[in-house]
Amino acid sequence: MMISARAYGDNGKMKEYHYTGPVEHKFSPYAFNGGTVLAVAGEDFALVASDTRLSEGYSIHSRDSPKCYKLTDTTVIGCSGFHGDCLTLTKIIEARLKMYKHSNNKSMTSGAIAAMLSTILYGKRFFPYYVYNIIGGLDEEGRGAVYSFDPVGSYQRDTYKAGGSASAMLQPLLDNQIGFKNMENVEQLPLTLEKAVQLVKDVFISAAERDVYTGDALKICIITKEGIREEIVPLRKD
Amino acid sequence: MALSNVLEPAVSGFNFENSTRNTVLENGSEEGKIKAPKPMKTGTTIAGVVYKDGVVLGADTRATSEEVVADKMCAKIHYIAPNIYCCGAGTAADTEKTTDMLSSNLTIFSMNSGRNPRVVMAVNILQDMLFRYRGMIGAHLILGGVDCTGSHLYTVGPYGSMDKVPYLAMGSGKLPAMGILEDRFKGNMDLEEAKALVSDAIHAGIMSDLGSGNNTDLCVITKEGVDYIRPHRESLYNYKRQAKYKYKPGTTPVLTKTVNQLELVHETVQMMETAGSS
Repeated sequence: MMISARAYGDNGKMKEYHYTGPVEHKFSPYAFNGGTVLAVAGEDFALVASDTRLSEGYSIHSRDSPKCYKLTDTTVIGCSGFHGDCLTLTKIIEARLKMYKHSNNKSMTSGAIAAMLSTILYGKRFFPYYVYNIIGGLDEEGRGAVYSFDPVGSYQRDTYKAGGSASAMLQPLLDNQIGFKNMENVEQLPLTLEKAVQLVKDVFISAAERDVYTGDALKICIITKEGIREEIVPLRKD
Repeated sequence: MALSNVLEPAVSGFNFENSTRNTVLENGSEEGKIKAPKPMKTGTTIAGVVYKDGVVLGADTRATSEEVVADKMCAKIHYIAPNIYCCGAGTAADTEKTTDMLSSNLTIFSMNSGRNPRVVMAVNILQDMLFRYRGMIGAHLILGGVDCTGSHLYTVGPYGSMDKVPYLAMGSGKLPAMGILEDRFKGNMDLEEAKALVSDAIHAGIMSDLGSGNNTDLCVITKEGVDYIRPHRESLYNYKRQAKYKYKPGTTPVLTKTVNQLELVHETVQMMETAGSS
């Protein structure tokens, strides 16, 4: 246990030992379980990728806990942060999807799910779900859509977004390779599905090198009009 | 010389002049809270084992700065004397500097006395220093060496505690590593068995602990000499990236360009005597 600076007086000499009073240990209702999610929208496809490591502190709880959850045939949500809240939130979203289907006789569209999630999250504005959400899917016209959220429900539609523990490492690379930011004299080709998948794999390999909470395996959900296809790629396990 | 009046003689111990200022900064007004910079820790797994002919020390090679890997190939087994090596866990700067100071002290001693230093001497110097600094130096060390009295393995804690043991693990990954050591350690192992045991203990730490990773270094110390194997076991995970991310010259946009012409004011040529010339 480290001696705090309170033990030292103004002249730099250590104070005589005295009891500093009862110390309050706060109970925190949240825990950080790590994990990174990423979503990319293309012309006629969307990708949602996440690593599969579940950790707490310096330990690993599970090497096979993916963070992408399939909501409908055209929408996948990626949730990272506090795993307890991720599980509860996805249960609530799935229940609401069923309710919508029964009363409106159709599945919810990606945009509608995003709007609904925003109100669900803001409903707990004063005891938030500690979850970073990213929704990836196809909109009504069949084009790729990505919606990124903060823990209390602020959201916007993006072309690509990274969230979770290694998001600060992934986002700049995506800005450069997909958004062509900070570059000139470069041919700005539209993003194909193969290039997007290869970019996502490379970007997660780099994230696993430098972020301790990211690793074990990468699960990519590829959403096209044919349906949802999954690919699993191994990552560093150490 | 004038300079010696300007520089104050170094005061021993830590300087706590800034501690009250730091608490004020950290607990400051709501907008003005400033967090102190965190020193880099090694978040490590280190282990050591005494075997028939000497000592085997092992360490992983990952240094973390909170959740980011700062160094993937850092050297945690430090040289102390030709017959003594030390593994360090805890704050990276503290382990480096402490072992450097210890090594210098022992070299001076060897030159003065004409003898190889003994491991107990190294342990005593470390204990003195760490106890004097009251745990402020965050160095958790495993010292191993072979001297005229035999092979020894010691651990020294940051508050100055010491323990002499036949097998040991330290660092954030010590629990998984100790599990392997407790299961398979026996007295008087031979070299290959001892190397395999330490290597597997470090490997357990690397796989189960997020603060340890990458490669394993080993150091085998015997009466005859030292075998520093770096790396002993390389990380199996070197996934190749599928694309090349190289940028052609001219990709970075140039926003403004200013050219400062340096004016040639005065030119002199001076002949000098150098060691290489006649």
